[in-house]
Amino acid sequence: MGRRVAVVGAGMTKFVRRAQETGKELAWEAAKAALDSCGMTLDQIDCVVLGTAPDTFDGVHMKGEYLADGAGAWGKPYMRSYVGGGTGVFCPIHGWYHLASGHFDTCLVVCEEKMSSYQPHPQGAFLTIFDHTTERPLKPNLLWIFALEMNRYMTTYGFNKEDIARVAVKNKKNALDHPAAQIPEQYTIEDILNSEVLAWPVQRLDVSPVSDGAVALVMANEHVARRVTSKPVWVEGVGWALDTAYWTNRDLCYPRYVEVAARMAYRMAGITDPAHEIHVAEPYDPFDYKELHHMEGLMLCERGEAPIITAEGKTQRDGELPICPSGGLLGVGNPIAAAGLMKVAEIFWQLRGEAGKRQIARKAKHGLAQAWGDLMQVGTVIVLGI
Amino acid sequence: MLKSKDLMGTGLSSQDFKQKKVLVERWTANAKYGWDQGIAIGRYLRELKNGKITGIKCHKCNRTVVPPRIFCEWCFKPMDEWVYLKDTGTVNTFSLCYVAWNMERLKDPLIPAVIEIDGASSGMGIMHLISEVDPKKVTRGMRVKAVWKPENERTGAITDIKYWKPIR
Amino acid sequence: MAFKTRITKPAEAKPWYGDLPVESLYTMGIAGEKFFRTLKDKGKIIGSRCDKCDYVYVPPKMYCERCFEKLDKTVIVGLVGTLNSFTYVYIDVDGNPLPKPEIVGLINLDGASTNLMHRLGECKMDDLCIGMRVEAVLKPAKQRTGSINDIKYFRTTKKK
Ligand SMILES: [Zn+2]
Ligand SMILES: [Zn+2]
Repeated sequence: MGRRVAVVGAGMTKFVRRAQETGKELAWEAAKAALDSCGMTLDQIDCVVLGTAPDTFDGVHMKGEYLADGAGAWGKPYMRSYVGGGTGVFCPIHGWYHLASGHFDTCLVVCEEKMSSYQPHPQGAFLTIFDHTTERPLKPNLLWIFALEMNRYMTTYGFNKEDIARVAVKNKKNALDHPAAQIPEQYTIEDILNSEVLAWPVQRLDVSPVSDGAVALVMANEHVARRVTSKPVWVEGVGWALDTAYWTNRDLCYPRYVEVAARMAYRMAGITDPAHEIHVAEPYDPFDYKELHHMEGLMLCERGEAPIITAEGKTQRDGELPICPSGGLLGVGNPIAAAGLMKVAEIFWQLRGEAGKRQIARKAKHGLAQAWGDLMQVGTVIVLGI
Repeated sequence: MLKSKDLMGTGLSSQDFKQKKVLVERWTANAKYGWDQGIAIGRYLRELKNGKITGIKCHKCNRTVVPPRIFCEWCFKPMDEWVYLKDTGTVNTFSLCYVAWNMERLKDPLIPAVIEIDGASSGMGIMHLISEVDPKKVTRGMRVKAVWKPENERTGAITDIKYWKPIR
Repeated sequence: MAFKTRITKPAEAKPWYGDLPVESLYTMGIAGEKFFRTLKDKGKIIGSRCDKCDYVYVPPKMYCERCFEKLDKTVIVGLVGTLNSFTYVYIDVDGNPLPKPEIVGLINLDGASTNLMHRLGECKMDDLCIGMRVEAVLKPAKQRTGSINDIKYFRTTKKK
């Protein structure tokens, strides 16, 4: 599997609804923080990977090129990865390739999003994910696709909204302990159920907020990693998969592509019983039901069981299988690509025991981060370990 | 460890923009397109003008899909046979949507749904709208039928079907 | 077979027309805010200096892209510089002829390490040569909004 690769540093900006910084400046703030966190400087970086979602958000065409200098890519080998919402977890996989191949020794991975540029609301930018001849003439909005998937998931297993709302309550509460969080809040299940109905079954508080922000990681080969830090966090497994873009031809109740990606990552990591061998996980949670959907796809529980173990408290920070201890996208915020990488950073901090007030109660040796995106069709998974 | 005092990132409020506390630049992209309909969708849309929904069959995978495509993404072979489907179907999933694309609020919900089309293989749906129904009464598994625009108003578009209504 | 399908009637190949509704509102950023405020309020052009790299960015940057350090040293560069390149533009963005051709140039302001792109005015093509000295012509203070267009254009310097 090539050379061993570790994450050695991580940094991020605050997640905010509207940042004064330009996209470049956000990228620099995160990248600089990541380098400072492990005492490295830009001249020690061999290559740079950038992740950012559609150019339409920032309103900058060829955003990868635009962001290059803020990401630390001046005069360096530089590549942008893009798999929609899956980008944030795909980028460290991309970084892993650069290093595992032996071609480079160090890699700076930067994810940035400035969604607030889009007017009047970033939601409009998502219109174009729908097919321009067979779907867009119906004037859809992004919520449709989530609402349709959520309803299919709920009706397949007979869950009600209360079963789902527990995730929003947990994640928004977890985010109270995250210094970068945009909307941490202590809510009750009733608050979630009483929030405005946007596209039933999706209500206001089922949804993560729109955010600006950036996150960065420093990755290194084993021989560099051991010199940089006494606590390298190893990349043990990576996986990704896409399903067909004909999303209306799939059964939306189960993310099969996430399972395919997870199986690939587990095989590489030597994990045969993920429900017990993964000790902490950050599945992608742009909507509360997505966390449950993804726990099942990741085989962290049986199909249709995620809401049950959530209700039992197993996924709380002091539970057997803490899920989204960071507060997730629901609590910390959702600057698309940066949100995915925030999850990888959280696993890095959790495994090193550096998560502060967010530190999970149980001992953890293996953790997982997952993101999801494109047209409800891509799963990206990374397994980290110490 | 992540500490609040070290974190960069400058949040602005709507007030900061309204009170012109920060300078801004606005830009509207002139992004106008003429997309070729393509072979499969071109035919699909032309048939909608005739009041017919078409699917296409892959004999290797033994499935009939809609919307039609010229190749099967499972086996990667050219699709074999055009077929007419019925204009009835089953609600696979649906939503009651109270917001427009730009987040403006709607008083009466739109009812988008994935509708599995009769005559296509199981699970093969298209996205469309349901109407002529009390929103509270829409269910998964409900049987629906297409309501077409009058023939002289059809243009060869997915909107030649106005919406789908329950089969009573 | 689908792959052999040919459209024989051109009318059948009608495109599907649509657009991408993209309207953007950009903030100037931390460094940009300072740059445009100073231009608007004081009629001055500023840059940011990295002592380590001995480099002056105009417009200023919040960080040095070369060494990645934070830049907080602002320097005022003059309104005068050297023309490093120029072009005559005869067509607009859609390819239609412009009623009056525009001249666009790259200007290296005195004290800056970088070039600034802007229009050139009060001159004809024949008047220009690379290496020529040019100066910024600003809009009157009252008309300035904090935009790159607060500089109307550059023109050849009056005094040699
Ligand atoms: Zn096939
Ligand atoms: Zn420098």
